[in-house]
Amino acid sequence: TCEAEAARAAMGGSASLLPQETLGEYQELTFLSKQEILLAYKRFTELLPKEERENACSARVPKSQILTLPELRANPFQHRICRVFSTSDDGDDSMSFEDFLDMLSVFSDSATSDIKSHYAFRIFDFDDDGTLDRKDLEKLVNCLTGQGEESRLSKREMEQLIRNILEESDIDKDGTINLAEFQHIVSRSPDFARYGGLQR
Amino acid sequence: EVFLPEETRSAAPVDFLQELPSYQSALRRRAAAGGTQERRTAPRGSAGLRAAEARGPEQEGGELPARPARELPVSMAEKRRLRDCQQADIKYLSGWKPWKRTSSKSLKKVLNEVKELFSYLELWRHDIHSIEGEFGTGIQSYFSFLRFLVLLNFIIFILMFSVVTLPSIISKYGIFNSSFAKIPPKNIEPHCTVYKPSGNKGLVYFYTYLKDLFSGTGFLKETSLFYGYYTIDTAWLSILRYNLPLAYLLATFAYLGLSLLWIIKRSVEGFKQNLVHDEDQFQSYCNKVFAGWDFCITDPNAAQLKHRSLQYELQTDLEEERLKQKIADRTMKEKLRIYSLRILINIIVFAVLSGCFYSIYRATVFSQENSNVSIRHDIRTDSVNLLLQYLPSMVITLANFIAPQIFSFLIRFEDYSPAFEIRLTLMRCVFVRLANIGVLLFSLWSQISYCATDECKACGYNYELYPCWESAVGQEMYKLMIFDFIIILAVTLFVDFPRKFLVTHCSCKPVQWCGLQEFGIPDNVLEIVYGQTICWIGTFFSPLLPAIATIKYFIIFYIKKISLIHTCKPAARPIRASSSNFFFLLVLLIGLILAFIPLGISITHIPSSKACGPFRSFNTSWAVVPDTILGFPTGLQQVLHGIASEAFAVPFFMVTCLIMFYFIALAGAHKRVVEQLREQLVMVRFDPLVCTLKFS
Repeated sequence: TCEAEAARAAMGGSASLLPQETLGEYQELTFLSKQEILLAYKRFTELLPKEERENACSARVPKSQILTLPELRANPFQHRICRVFSTSDDGDDSMSFEDFLDMLSVFSDSATSDIKSHYAFRIFDFDDDGTLDRKDLEKLVNCLTGQGEESRLSKREMEQLIRNILEESDIDKDGTINLAEFQHIVSRSPDFARYGGLQR
Repeated sequence: EVFLPEETRSAAPVDFLQELPSYQSALRRRAAAGGTQERRTAPRGSAGLRAAEARGPEQEGGELPARPARELPVSMAEKRRLRDCQQADIKYLSGWKPWKRTSSKSLKKVLNEVKELFSYLELWRHDIHSIEGEFGTGIQSYFSFLRFLVLLNFIIFILMFSVVTLPSIISKYGIFNSSFAKIPPKNIEPHCTVYKPSGNKGLVYFYTYLKDLFSGTGFLKETSLFYGYYTIDTAWLSILRYNLPLAYLLATFAYLGLSLLWIIKRSVEGFKQNLVHDEDQFQSYCNKVFAGWDFCITDPNAAQLKHRSLQYELQTDLEEERLKQKIADRTMKEKLRIYSLRILINIIVFAVLSGCFYSIYRATVFSQENSNVSIRHDIRTDSVNLLLQYLPSMVITLANFIAPQIFSFLIRFEDYSPAFEIRLTLMRCVFVRLANIGVLLFSLWSQISYCATDECKACGYNYELYPCWESAVGQEMYKLMIFDFIIILAVTLFVDFPRKFLVTHCSCKPVQWCGLQEFGIPDNVLEIVYGQTICWIGTFFSPLLPAIATIKYFIIFYIKKISLIHTCKPAARPIRASSSNFFFLLVLLIGLILAFIPLGISITHIPSSKACGPFRSFNTSWAVVPDTILGFPTGLQQVLHGIASEAFAVPFFMVTCLIMFYFIALAGAHKRVVEQLREQLVMVRFDPLVCTLKFS
């Protein structure tokens, strides 16, 4: 496992590198290339305090630290992204190195649009109930237009917009968008594959 | 609520979704890309499907698992577990299946490594990535487009150089025991063949060379840059006979065909989306909301601008919808008023265009009539001469600048929806820019073929002023290209940077209201498409022009990048990346097709000059092809004649039409199936049988 290898590497003195076997495993289990995984490791360890850097694989970075990353800093969905990718049992949305790799993998250019749309659905599902209902859509639009009172759409505009969205994407007309409908509508969107990428 | 949450909900609606044609094509695409999957699992209809997906592969028991672990939307620990399960399953497989799995895995690894290697070779990869991060994907697509043009021009240059220039140089200098032959043309009046390129004789001032460099005259005229150098009828490289005229013509067709195919290949993606036009309108809101946020943005200021632009876009679309409703409610009287106003404005637009074309025509005629090389060689007349030579380019640039301003002013009165306004103005600007080149060429030709005397008519062109008219056209194209480059450089240096300086250091109201300029993508794209059209037209007359174009676009990349980073603010009204890609390639395609017309006319209609060039012994440049065909064996000749005859062309045309109608009917049938399935999906919700299935 990663921890055993890292401990061995630490004793050998090359504490800052990932062992080869784990590197290969991560290449197999994610869409990232070798360079990208090493870069991710470097950035992850920089988020940790010095004394925890040796056990980077098993350490968890608190949410506040993750949000300092440039990719997430300006992202309106930063909290949802941390929530979705975090495997923390405490519910504090802290991320381990593997969660971090998962996140970068989904947002990389080589990820399939299937997996991107799946995670996009979970990010947009603000109340985690498995569907996008009116409240989710409202929160989504507010995230897009920005914080602050003057950047929100008026009530009438929001109604009109949500009505249009549901008209376009709600196939079974139950008033919510489920995963299949979401993936269907997004697969036909030409911009989705291009926009779902984080800069490395 | 009829449905139970989580896993139990998934079955029936999803099956109908799987029958939709778009889902089938997505599956096909996934199968083509996935490789190792042998079974396709249906997307389950709930978000809590981690458990369901994990159970999936195990349920299939001894069969090959569905997807590689990394394509599953679960956490890393889960993926590791699934991969171990898959590998455990492999151990139980017999025969050649394990070998197949491991070999496909190692093949994929090798392919990934190769792809990584190639991505390092990609030109400007890091620059474009950083632009994407700071300014978004819309502007990044402009720079990718620029990179595409650099590569295209480089390939065209390699093509022309290796097929035309290299053999000529080799045979002219006698390298590798080669030689060339200049066959004196038969049946031609001797006066047509006299050609003395007026190079610089004796001592000249240094600035003459500079002037020649800028206007393509003097020492440049005799170099391999222009058509006149290639006065070779056959070249012998050792014992091989190289038919240079045929090679020249075929290289021209080759680079035009190559450009066409490459552009079409690149635009196929965007075209597929835009072809079914009502689909695009059908989900424009979903597109903007679900794919609206640009995840590449890292700068908080850029993010703020993106928020504002998204808000603006959504509000504009909603307003447009309300406007459409209003338009539908228009009374007859209002409609009449608006239509008559639109007709009037179109007449004004037409008048503006005619004004531009006429001024270009007069400028070209004036420039050609008055720019003769003076004998005295003093700096004043030479500078005036240079200015005169550049007069057509200057008039074109002025027209390209003024006309769009007029169009965007006029369109406000036509009362179209905002999106249509933008598109119509853009189309008018495209037309102005590209038609200006056409008018320039037309006026050049009217000068060249103007024949008053009988001697002149015998040659077919004005042999006194233009003994080598192709070189003259090549010179005009060369001047246009150089001037275009100078203008881009000058605008960046003398307009953009001073403006930035003023805005940052001067806080008076008008300056602040002007503000920093935006990186206007349509204008910049039109600029480089205009340059590329000149290159395409000019390469026939000046085979080394693509090399100049490559260097020009290479330098422009850095100029634009520096200008963008230091002097621009991101646009408030963004153009989406997908539609911008399609728009760029569409405009480029229009430029290419517009380039076919002048080239076609000069190759097939205008008699080639008898004093220089590889087509001396032929009537027109095209005549070399029938000539070569006559040298083929009779069987092949008959086949080729058959293909060119009406007996073949008419049935071929009819068959093409039939195939086209078939595809249109197929698309219509698909649309009907989609509608039916949608209706069924709605009804299924209330189907009692399905409800009982769910609850059981």
